[in-house]
Amino acid sequence: MTTAELKEKARQIRADVIREIYEAQSGHTGSALSAVDLMVTLYYDTLRVDPARPDWEDRDRFVLSKAHANPALYAILADLGFFPKSELHTLRRLHTHLQGHPNRHETPGLDTSNGSLGQGLSMAVGMALGAKHLGKDTKVYCIVGDGESQEGQIWEASMAAAHYKLDNLTVILDHNHLQIDGNNDEVMSLGDIEAKYKAFGYHTIVIDGNDIDQIRAALAEDPHGKPKGIIAETVKGKGVSFMEGQVGWHGKAPNEEEMKAALRELGDDPEVQVW
Amino acid sequence: MVSMGEKKAMRIAYGEALAELGAVDDKVVVFDADLAHATMTCKFMEKFPDRFFNAGIAEANMIGMAAGMASMGLKPFASTFAIFGAGRAYEQIRNAVCYSDFNVKIACTHGGVTAGEDGGSHQAVEDIALMRALPHMTVVVPCDAVELRKAIFAAARFDGPMYIRVGRWPFATVTGPDTPFEIGKAVCLREGTDATVFATGVEVPMAMEAAEQLAQEGISVNVIDVHTIKPLDAEAVRRYGLAARRVVTAEEHSVIGGLGDAVADVLIGERLQFKKIGIRDIFGQSGKPDEMMEEYGLTAHYIADAVREMVRG
Repeated sequence: MTTAELKEKARQIRADVIREIYEAQSGHTGSALSAVDLMVTLYYDTLRVDPARPDWEDRDRFVLSKAHANPALYAILADLGFFPKSELHTLRRLHTHLQGHPNRHETPGLDTSNGSLGQGLSMAVGMALGAKHLGKDTKVYCIVGDGESQEGQIWEASMAAAHYKLDNLTVILDHNHLQIDGNNDEVMSLGDIEAKYKAFGYHTIVIDGNDIDQIRAALAEDPHGKPKGIIAETVKGKGVSFMEGQVGWHGKAPNEEEMKAALRELGDDPEVQVW
Repeated sequence: MVSMGEKKAMRIAYGEALAELGAVDDKVVVFDADLAHATMTCKFMEKFPDRFFNAGIAEANMIGMAAGMASMGLKPFASTFAIFGAGRAYEQIRNAVCYSDFNVKIACTHGGVTAGEDGGSHQAVEDIALMRALPHMTVVVPCDAVELRKAIFAAARFDGPMYIRVGRWPFATVTGPDTPFEIGKAVCLREGTDATVFATGVEVPMAMEAAEQLAQEGISVNVIDVHTIKPLDAEAVRRYGLAARRVVTAEEHSVIGGLGDAVADVLIGERLQFKKIGIRDIFGQSGKPDEMMEEYGLTAHYIADAVREMVRG
């Protein structure tokens, strides 16, 4: 896909996120929107996956460790054809296939069940280690949150990734600087995160995580035998002006008026039923 | 092979079984958290260094990595002490292994007070309760080195999360090569009519010794080796429990949430006498394993006393 096409996908996925969370009246709007460009670039430009064969052994793996951003992932999986788009109406409802946090038994295309922060990266490390052990060229990608990086397990996993020289693993930090209780630096500062990534042995790249070209370039870069750590500087709520940079939108659903305003800003007609 | 009555630690048998298993199943990989020479996974490490992964002293990450490995089609066994596996990494076992339903075997040594000299901080008296409460989890507590070996081979054939408690200290071997072993099926090791002792782990040899003492007094008891605590063999519990109407459960574990509670869940509402032998909702302390068994009321004579009280009224 061209950059323009990826940007258009990202716009459409953002609109889907707004519609999903509005219908559910529950979900993490701001957190999903910040990671859309990262996930769109991964799924439409990088990952080796096949919607017709979700269990294909040689597929690349993706772990959304900051799993509360999953409305964006669901919208992408549906768009790719892993399951019908009509399922997006059921997010977070009783008996849905789209659980509040990912459950691999419910949703085709998910490689893990997770949601408890700090745990996804360890699973990704295990996948990358397993792929190497089996001699597969499978690549593993994991998006972690910045608040999530306050969990010690993230650093246990990072240590292991470097120790086992997992150059088939890419960790992407969705660094939107906000978490439920406020700014990272007010809640629990990550300090010099770039220095930490370097010290933990990542081939470290800092990018604008809402810029598709920069994301593409970072994903393509040779990690020189190390696990790759991409620090993606993002904006929480990206794409909807009144949500951008607002901590209050971390885990809030839009009301009808906000949904309509958001969709109009994203270039969608709120009166048109899209799925 | 150890002969009947001989003392051999289950953890030694665990290391040997893994090394043997590794030779016949190349999907088996082993994780440890810097305790390979205590859990005895070192025996596997020496033979298959490329299939052994040390997580360092980072149990939470070890469990997550094992889950990731399992998702790639490998069969990870992850080992550490019970307190650090079932305890420290509880929520990783819950979410990364059980909720995801990945084929990870968590084999933990040093469960119970026979962890001994290291003291109460290192003695998991609640691991069975924690693991038993998890949906999708199977809980296996073998009783001796011979049964442990069978359990490890059965675990490798079993697809799904499993917790296996591996004893640290050598106790008498009470099963033989021909003793049946099937996950989920309790084994009657000795038959009697006056009472039934349901035992698990190292309490099985204790129960066999108690049965021998009681036989000399004319009291005969069933000794049921409940090596699988979950799924519990409810049919065997009802059959042997209701036949004798006097039931004793014995476990080297807290009386809260372990074998005793599992058996009671099956027999609740029945007219029978019931006593639990186990650790009385307290932490352990330093001591030699044999002293600990006595101090915490886990040796054969406590089981025999419980039966006598019920039989003699």
